[in-house]
Amino acid sequence: MTTVVEVEREAPDAQPPQAPARRRRFFNGVVRYRWLFFLMLPGLLYFALFRFWPMYGAQIAFKNYIPFLGIEDSEWVGLAHFQEFFTNPDFPRLLTNTLIVAALSLFIAFPLTIVLAVLLNELRLNILKRTVQTLVYIPHFLSWTVVVSLTALLFAIGDGPIWTLFNGLLGTDSNMMADPDWFRPLILMQMVWKDTGWGTIIFLAALAGVDQEQYQAAIIDGAGRWQRVWHITLPSIRPTIVVMLILQTGQILNTGFEQIYLMSNSLNRHVADVFDTYVYFTGIEQGAYSYSTTVGLFKALVGLVLIFGTNWLAKRFNQQGIF
Amino acid sequence: MSSDYKRFNTRAGRAFDVLNIVLLIAVGLLAILPFAYVLAGSFATEYEITTRPFFLWPNEFSTESYESILSSDVFVRAFVTTVLVTFVGTLIQLALTALMAYPLSKVDLPGRRTILSLVIFTMVFSAGMIPTFLVVKDLGLLDTYWALILPMAINPFSLIIIKNFFQQLPVELEESAKIDGANELQVLRHVILPLSKPVLATFALFYAVGIWNDYMSPLLYLTDTSKWTLQMILRQVTAAASLSAEEMNSDVAPPAQGIKFAVVIIATIPVLLAYPFLQKHFAKGMLIGSVKG
Repeated sequence: MTTVVEVEREAPDAQPPQAPARRRRFFNGVVRYRWLFFLMLPGLLYFALFRFWPMYGAQIAFKNYIPFLGIEDSEWVGLAHFQEFFTNPDFPRLLTNTLIVAALSLFIAFPLTIVLAVLLNELRLNILKRTVQTLVYIPHFLSWTVVVSLTALLFAIGDGPIWTLFNGLLGTDSNMMADPDWFRPLILMQMVWKDTGWGTIIFLAALAGVDQEQYQAAIIDGAGRWQRVWHITLPSIRPTIVVMLILQTGQILNTGFEQIYLMSNSLNRHVADVFDTYVYFTGIEQGAYSYSTTVGLFKALVGLVLIFGTNWLAKRFNQQGIF
Repeated sequence: MSSDYKRFNTRAGRAFDVLNIVLLIAVGLLAILPFAYVLAGSFATEYEITTRPFFLWPNEFSTESYESILSSDVFVRAFVTTVLVTFVGTLIQLALTALMAYPLSKVDLPGRRTILSLVIFTMVFSAGMIPTFLVVKDLGLLDTYWALILPMAINPFSLIIIKNFFQQLPVELEESAKIDGANELQVLRHVILPLSKPVLATFALFYAVGIWNDYMSPLLYLTDTSKWTLQMILRQVTAAASLSAEEMNSDVAPPAQGIKFAVVIIATIPVLLAYPFLQKHFAKGMLIGSVKG
C-alpha cells in the first residue's frame, strides 16, 4: 500500500532552465510517445467523464439546481444548503449513527483483523493455516445482498437457526431483523464475518517479511511466546497498521452504502440512517439534487481532512505515512 | 527450525498452540457454516426448513425450490442478463485499465506524474453519489446496461497495481523486441501482455465479482424492473423475511422459504466457482507492487 503513493516521487524531471525549451521537450515527448497516448485515450476519457466531471457538477451544492436550466445556469445560493443541512434536526442523529458504525469498524473490526492475522501467523501447521485462510477469505467475495439475505434467513423469527439459538440461551423473542436494538450488533457481526479474514492478507504479507533470526535470538534470550509476539511481531507490522489506520480514518463517514441500505427498514430507520443512505433518500428518492450533493460533499471533505490529518499525525510520531 | 521451536516451547506455549488450533478451526467453520446451511436448505423440503432449526444435510432431498425458480421467466432473464453484463463489462473494464496502465509504466512519459497525481486524487476524494448520477443521466445512460459498467470502468487501485507490475518487468525484453522492429502496440501485445497473464486474470476476476455483486448501480440507474439484475431480484425475494408481519404487503404472499434459500445459492455459485482461480493468484497479484516487505 505504501508504494502506491510513492510513485509520485520517482523520475524527477531534470529541470531545464528555460520554459520554452521545456515546452518543446514536452511536445517532442508527446510526439515520440503518440502511440502510448493513443492507448491511454479511453482511460483518460473515463477519468474526465466519470471522475472529474462529477467534481465540476458538485458545484450544485452551492446552487439551486434545476435540471431544466442545467448546472451552469442554475442560481447561486452560497452556503444556504450547508446551513440547512447543519441546522436540520436530522443532522445530529445522522452524525451519531454514522460515527457509531465507524467506531464499531475502527475499534472492534479493525483490531480483530490484526488479532486474527497474528494468530494465523503463530499457527505452525501449514496445511491448517492455508485451509483456514482459504475459508476466511470466502465471505469477502459474497455480495452485500447475499450477506443480508443470509442474515435474514439465519435470524428469521421462529425458524432461523441463530434466532432459535438466541431464543434458547437468552430468551430473545423479538424479530431481530427489524428490532432497532439489534441493528448495530447485526451490522457489526456482518462486518466482522465478511471482511476480517480478507483484511488479514495485508498483515500476513508484512508478517512474512519479519526476519526469523530475531525470533531465534529471542528464544535464546528466554523470551516466551507472548513476549515474542509483543516485542517482535507487533512492532514489525506497526508501519502496516499505521497505513491501514490512516486509510480507515479517511473512510469514517463512508459507512458502506449497500450494507446499511439493505439492513434498514421502516422500523429501525432512526438508528439505521447514516449520511450515505440519507444522500440516497433525499437525492434519488426525493429529487433534492442540490441538498443531497451538499451532504455528499460534506462527507467527502471531512474524509479528505481526516486522511491528511492522520497522515500528518503519523509523521509527527515518526511513523511512515502514506503521502 | 521447527525443532528449535519444539525444544524451546514451554508448557504454556504448547497449551497456546492447542488453543490456537481449536480457535482457528472454529473461525474457519464460522466463515462457511451460514452458507453451508443455506445450501442444505435449498435442497430440502419446505416442511423440513420450517421445522428443523439447523441442518447441513437434508433428510429428504428435493429440487422443488430450484425447479420453481427456473420456471420463472423473470428470474431466468435476470440471470442471463447478469451473466452477459458481467462478461462484457469485465472485458471493457480490464481493457481500459491495462491500456492506461501500460503507458503510465513508462517513467519518461511526458505528463506522467500529473496524470498519476490526478488518479491518486480520485482515490481520496470523490464528488459523491448524486453528481455521478447526474453525469450518468446527462449522458443518457439511465436504464441502460452501460450504467452498470462504465461509471466503474477503471478502479484506481487496480490501475496503479497493474502499472507497478508492468514497471517492474525487465526493460531488456522490450528493448530487444524494439530492436527487432516491433512498435509500441506490438511490444504490448507480444511481450508485455503474455507476461502479465496471472496479474490480469486476477484483476479480471475482481472486476467480474464487482459487477456480479453490484447492488448500488442497478438500484440507482435502472428504474425499469424488466432490466433488473440478479442481485436486485435476490433482494426482492428475500426482503420479506426481514420485515415484520405488519410491514409486509399482505396482497402478495411472501415467497416460500425454500425459494429464498435457492436464490441465495444461485446468486453466489458463480462467485464461488471463480474463487479457486481467484485464490490461486490474488494474494500474489494484490501484493505485487503494492507492498514491499
